[in-house]
Amino acid sequence: MEQRSTEEDDAAVETRGLTKRYRGGQLAVDALDLSVPRGSVFGFLGPNGSGKTTTIRMLMGLIEPTSGRARLLGEPMPRAARSVLPRVGALIEGPALYPFLTGRDNLLRYDAADPTADPRTRTARVAAALDRVGLAAAAGKRARAYSLGMKQRLGLAAALLQPRELLVLDEPTNGLDPQGMREIRSLVRELAEEGTTVFLSSHLLDEIEQVCTHAAVMAQGRLIAQGTVAELAAGSRGRLAITTPDPVDAVRVLKEHGVTDLVILDERVSGELPVPGPGAADAPLELADLNAALVRAGVRVRAFGAERASLEDAFVALTGEGFDVAG
Amino acid sequence: MSRADEPKSADTGVPKTADTRPPGPTTDKRPTSPLWALALFRSELTTTLRRWRTLALLGVLALIPILIGVAVKIETSDGGGFGGGRGGGGEGPAFFPQITNNGIFLVFASLAATLPVFLPMVIGVITGDAIAGEAGSGTLRYLLVAPAGRTRLLLAKFTTSMAFCLIATLVVALSGLVTGALLFPLGDVTLISGITVSFEEALLRALGVAALVALSLVGIATVGLFISTLTNSGIAAMATTVGLVITAQILDTIPQLHAIHPYLFPHYWLSFADLLREPVYWDELVKNLGLQGLYVAVFGSAAWARFTAKDITA
Ligand SMILES: Nc1ncnc2c1ncn2[C@@H]1O[C@H](COP(=O)(O)OP(=O)(O)OP(=O)(O)O)[C@@H](O)[C@H]1O
Ligand SMILES: [Mg+2]
Repeated sequence: MEQRSTEEDDAAVETRGLTKRYRGGQLAVDALDLSVPRGSVFGFLGPNGSGKTTTIRMLMGLIEPTSGRARLLGEPMPRAARSVLPRVGALIEGPALYPFLTGRDNLLRYDAADPTADPRTRTARVAAALDRVGLAAAAGKRARAYSLGMKQRLGLAAALLQPRELLVLDEPTNGLDPQGMREIRSLVRELAEEGTTVFLSSHLLDEIEQVCTHAAVMAQGRLIAQGTVAELAAGSRGRLAITTPDPVDAVRVLKEHGVTDLVILDERVSGELPVPGPGAADAPLELADLNAALVRAGVRVRAFGAERASLEDAFVALTGEGFDVAG
Repeated sequence: MSRADEPKSADTGVPKTADTRPPGPTTDKRPTSPLWALALFRSELTTTLRRWRTLALLGVLALIPILIGVAVKIETSDGGGFGGGRGGGGEGPAFFPQITNNGIFLVFASLAATLPVFLPMVIGVITGDAIAGEAGSGTLRYLLVAPAGRTRLLLAKFTTSMAFCLIATLVVALSGLVTGALLFPLGDVTLISGITVSFEEALLRALGVAALVALSLVGIATVGLFISTLTNSGIAAMATTVGLVITAQILDTIPQLHAIHPYLFPHYWLSFADLLREPVYWDELVKNLGLQGLYVAVFGSAAWARFTAKDITA
């Protein structure tokens, strides 16, 4: 139990029983216990309407929790907003800009709102932030003439006006082209290397898988899983896929070895591997044995391979297949 | 589905990067910059001034004295004096007849013409949009996480509103002065009470009148700011504020409602003419300032209470 308290101090984001019921009666976030380790790149996943943005709004002190508490960088929110928020950069529900101001002037305005921002270094910091998101050339253009991706970049630049300890990014790659997405990913990695904790919500699971060390999954306002990305992916079983001209024999052999959910599609047989024991996620020996067994049984194998469980499998397993947004 | 409820094992809760964590970016708390309040106010003011709408409104205000001046010039150029029975039009002071003799009266005439509707309308649009407009466009949330601080942001918005009361009034007054000087002769001024003062003193009194007109607007400006905290729609807040100006003006003309008249913010507005008497009639001037102060106190507190407790969801 004493470990808990050091863990709390060390967490970049920590919530206990955080709950938000909107005025309309909508329970958007329900008793959320979130723990984002410092130095992590934390993916915050969940279907539409699961409460991700609501959580972020509470963390940033924009809305008052109905109950529960939130700590940001070890200090209580929203009470310590004044001392905490200058160390936090945020992109919440997409960028918001003054359309009649240029990109540069938008950043100057946001920087002027930060009480800790030094006016003497303002223009230099704004130029650096614009440069960092690749907008230096478009800085003099009015924001109304920006494309969606350019607006998103400008929003990110606003979050990067100062060195930050924590970056909270709500769907940062929304609207970006593939190059833009790659750039954001490498920017996130770069920032993480510098020691910034990054908390990012996204629907793009491979994106989370590529950049995040940790993740949490929300559904209907509740946290249904959190941990390292590897753990989450391992929670879902991988699938085995083989190509063979003898699919029927292959199915028989595989079934004997505990492979379930077997599907035959022409010459392709796929099935779910038995749950691997802890610490043996890849289980290479077991697969080799399986292959040997197939060959011994006279099954001619053209291709053989395990498809590692992706975060997407884990996500769908956790949140269900349904497409409809929960009410 | 019970995964989240399970107590976390030590290795999932503790970051694997914890001990190898790089020192991180400058994490020391930066001190608050001493000039920051000023910077926020300046940013507010210039941002508002760079809105196309603000410039258009100020442009209309500048145009009104020109229109009045030109109309008076045309009216008097063919037939000697200014049309006798006109200009009085009720209880308001009428400076129109004097304009042809002395251009400085165009300042007073323009202020008297714009104070009942145009000036408060402009202030209503600017203050009504101040918070609601930023909430609607989402920029408010970024100002708040910057973090501007709710009280400080509201103060900056309030100060800007006050500044615009002055700016709008000065636009009318200066446009009136320049137009008056170009179209009509200038010289010593005969006050309402019949005493003549030098042009320099008249200019000084004109400045005083402008200050009084600007102060007459602070009540509606604060009401507009309060309304602005109630909604996320800038248009709705502007329309409500402007509607309120018109309603108050109508109520002020209904004699049966005379009991509430002293509490209506426009009630003493035209008292600024009392500054053009010798000796000055202070009675209504003071009542006007007191009433405006009351509106600022009441609606300022209401705006603060509302804004500091508001959920910013847009
Ligand atoms: N201002 C609001 N008033 C009332 N209910 C709201 C409000 N904002 C969000 N909600 C509700 O709260 C729930 C969670 O919404 P939230 O925006 O947090 O979801 P999200 O996880 O960010 O979704 P998305 O992935 O689509 O961005 C939804 O059911 C939504 O309808
Ligand atoms: Mg969202």
